[in-house]
Amino acid sequence: MRITLDIWRQKNPRDPGRFERFEVPNINEHMSFLEMLDVLNQQLVSEGKEPVAFDSDCREGICGMCGFLINGEAHGPLRNATVCQTHMRHFKDGDVLRLEPWRAAAFPVLRDLIVDRSALDRIIASGGYTSTRTGSAAEANQILVSKPYADKAMEAAACIGCGACVASCPNAAAALFTGAKIAHLAHLPQGQPERMARALSMTSQAHAEGFGHCTTIGECEAVCPAGIKLEVISMMNKDVIKATLGGRASEMQTLAALPPSAAMRFFESEPPKKEQ
Amino acid sequence: MSTSVSPVSAPRATRLGALWNSAVGKKALMAVTGIVLFLFVLVHMIGNLQVFQGAEKINHYAELLRISLPFLWFTRIVLLVAVFVHALAGIELWMERQRARPVGYQDYRPVVSSTASRTMIWSGLLILGFVVYHLLDLTIGVVNPRFEHGQVFANIVASLSRAVGATIYVVAMVGLGFHLWHGLYSMFQSLGLSNRGISPTIQKFAIGFAVLLTLGFSAVPLAVILGFVG
Repeated sequence: MRITLDIWRQKNPRDPGRFERFEVPNINEHMSFLEMLDVLNQQLVSEGKEPVAFDSDCREGICGMCGFLINGEAHGPLRNATVCQTHMRHFKDGDVLRLEPWRAAAFPVLRDLIVDRSALDRIIASGGYTSTRTGSAAEANQILVSKPYADKAMEAAACIGCGACVASCPNAAAALFTGAKIAHLAHLPQGQPERMARALSMTSQAHAEGFGHCTTIGECEAVCPAGIKLEVISMMNKDVIKATLGGRASEMQTLAALPPSAAMRFFESEPPKKEQ
Repeated sequence: MSTSVSPVSAPRATRLGALWNSAVGKKALMAVTGIVLFLFVLVHMIGNLQVFQGAEKINHYAELLRISLPFLWFTRIVLLVAVFVHALAGIELWMERQRARPVGYQDYRPVVSSTASRTMIWSGLLILGFVVYHLLDLTIGVVNPRFEHGQVFANIVASLSRAVGATIYVVAMVGLGFHLWHGLYSMFQSLGLSNRGISPTIQKFAIGFAVLLTLGFSAVPLAVILGFVG
């Protein structure tokens, strides 16, 4: 099959960028979308031209590296799948496909289809963890988690951080991502001690990174390759409202005074040492 | 890229202020004020239907609403505050949204979202503009062709028997329907009350009330312009 591609080309974050048209003849329909781009790049290199830059790693939909819009849809037309899991058989011979990078103020384009998603890492760093005192490994069954909660936590934990939720959101919100990370830990006993601080810290970090707000339109849920449900945002909202209105005054002041990434430190502080 | 983190906004004095300062909190405030405004329009719509019971009935109802001046003003102030908070939060969030994606997509295709959900700012502004017109028309009376204080039925007929008057009302009520279609569903999510089990029911509730209110409100201008009432 033969495909025409309109690909966003941008040399660096300061370059205004533009679309460039490529013809890729002789595509095998069993190729994955990224393999098709590999073929294009080989063709470009052999012609002495600059290959198209795109992110990829595992190429089996679990790492979250790949991702761009194909004809206006994040990760392309296949639902619950990443670009790398999309094969050329999902398109027709002669199709014209427009490839555009994720667009958000918090996701600056680095080159062509590659964007910088480290804003998501900073949201994780601001609270997407539990503080655990390490020592000898704890007995695995020490804290029991009932099956329904374990399932919900696992489901939220399936987020691969690809950024498609941000890309597909008209407000460029990272609500589904942040909600998934908050819900993942909020469903587990280990996540409870820091639950309120986590909700405040991670959402304020997302705000500080320049992500927008959630208007519940549901595009994120539709394009999410990991099948994260919109209800994680509801859970996040509930925790943020509770933490803001119900938290202890001293907790609130401490949280407000700290930079978002440090907000959790309040809970990490060493307990008073016992007299030796 | 650096891993530095920008500091959070200045220490927040009150909890309500803290709520206002966060995007999630603003949406929660919009949901709460939205509930207030929804209950108001619901009662308003039911009250309006008394037009079909004749001039005396609706005029008496209007008198009843003004029986206690403190109560009247209390209600008015609550509604004004609700509208102000709801609109200001909505407009601020919408402006933030422009900053969140400074470079738009060349091609963006919505997969599942409803038109209503993507046009909340416009349906909201339409309703805001309509409320101003509505107050000038039937409360203050300056844009009504024959306004007489207390003669509610006659004022309604005077305004709505003109094609332009009836059109404005019906168009605004369709806008209200669009706004409620998404708003009544989204408010549960904003307050953290939604989950996958209850979400389809909330969706049906939202659509049901949006349709009910649009039809209920539009019935009066349509009946007047078509000559059933008057």
